[in-house]
Amino acid sequence: MAEIEGKVKEIISKQLGIDVGQIKLESSFIEDLGADSLDNVELVMAFEEAFGIQIPDEAAEKITKVQDAVDYIKGKLG
Amino acid sequence: MDADIPASRTMSGTMMGQTALVTGSARGIGKGIALALAKKGVNVVISDVNIEEAKVVATEMEALGVKAMPLKFDVSNSVEVTSAFAQISEAFGRLDILVNNAGITRDALIMRMKDEDWDAVININLKSVFLCSKEAVKLMSKQRYGRIVNIASVVAFMGNAGQANYSASKAGIIGLTKTTAKEYAKRGITANAVAPGFIKTAMTDALPEKVKEDMLAAIPIGQFGEIDDVANAVAFLVSPEARYITGNVIHVNGGMYM
Repeated sequence: MAEIEGKVKEIISKQLGIDVGQIKLESSFIEDLGADSLDNVELVMAFEEAFGIQIPDEAAEKITKVQDAVDYIKGKLG
Repeated sequence: MDADIPASRTMSGTMMGQTALVTGSARGIGKGIALALAKKGVNVVISDVNIEEAKVVATEMEALGVKAMPLKFDVSNSVEVTSAFAQISEAFGRLDILVNNAGITRDALIMRMKDEDWDAVININLKSVFLCSKEAVKLMSKQRYGRIVNIASVVAFMGNAGQANYSASKAGIIGLTKTTAKEYAKRGITANAVAPGFIKTAMTDALPEKVKEDMLAAIPIGQFGEIDDVANAVAFLVSPEARYITGNVIHVNGGMYM
């Protein structure tokens, strides 16, 4: 499960061009990590691709923090 | 955002090895555009509903030393568009250039225009641009590089009796082009339109002589345009050199509309 967290942080780091160390579970993509709405959409697409899952729009809208992404992906893969 | 564009793609004259999709490129303006890009070393996907003609065009392109892939799909059908982009991605691994060129006419005065004529033209000319751009920006955003050129028309700006559907579809393309430009500018993607005037093609050959004479009288340059006139404008807009031009329209009409 820690593996999922690591992979999620790695994807965020790559997408937003920030250091993995700066990414905390409680970080909000927009408020803390400087993402814009387009980054958010791309992050969700990157998660879908990396984990081989589908994230419907209604679910994607609720993923605003790193923890949300980790939880959602764990739930899908669990 | 220079830093986001790989150096190899910002240098002049380096379209070699890029990949382009030109919709409706089995003949006419689309074919001319595909040819102009192939001459610059760009691999081209020749998409058309007429796959037999597309195959012939692809063979012509390959003679120029580039890879060419004929592909049949309905540009107004989202399932087919998604599948086509998956095939392109699979075959080439990237997409640098999208030219939304596919289009049809179903002319009639508004009083006599059927719903089906309106819907068909809006779907094939305008919805197609939305569907193809949607798939293209997914690939281009990841690459942090892309060039989208949408083929509009002078009638988007002037109107034209008998072309309510066509002129509306082409005017719609202008708004869509500007929105695409704004949404993806930060991803190294530019979106522009080219608005041809009266260009000699099968589509315009079909017009009555009287109409052609009247149009010629309204063109300051005094000649109809050639397919290459349009293709050259597109080739410029999709080049790395055009990096600072986005959300704009190049009019290729001999001065017919300024």
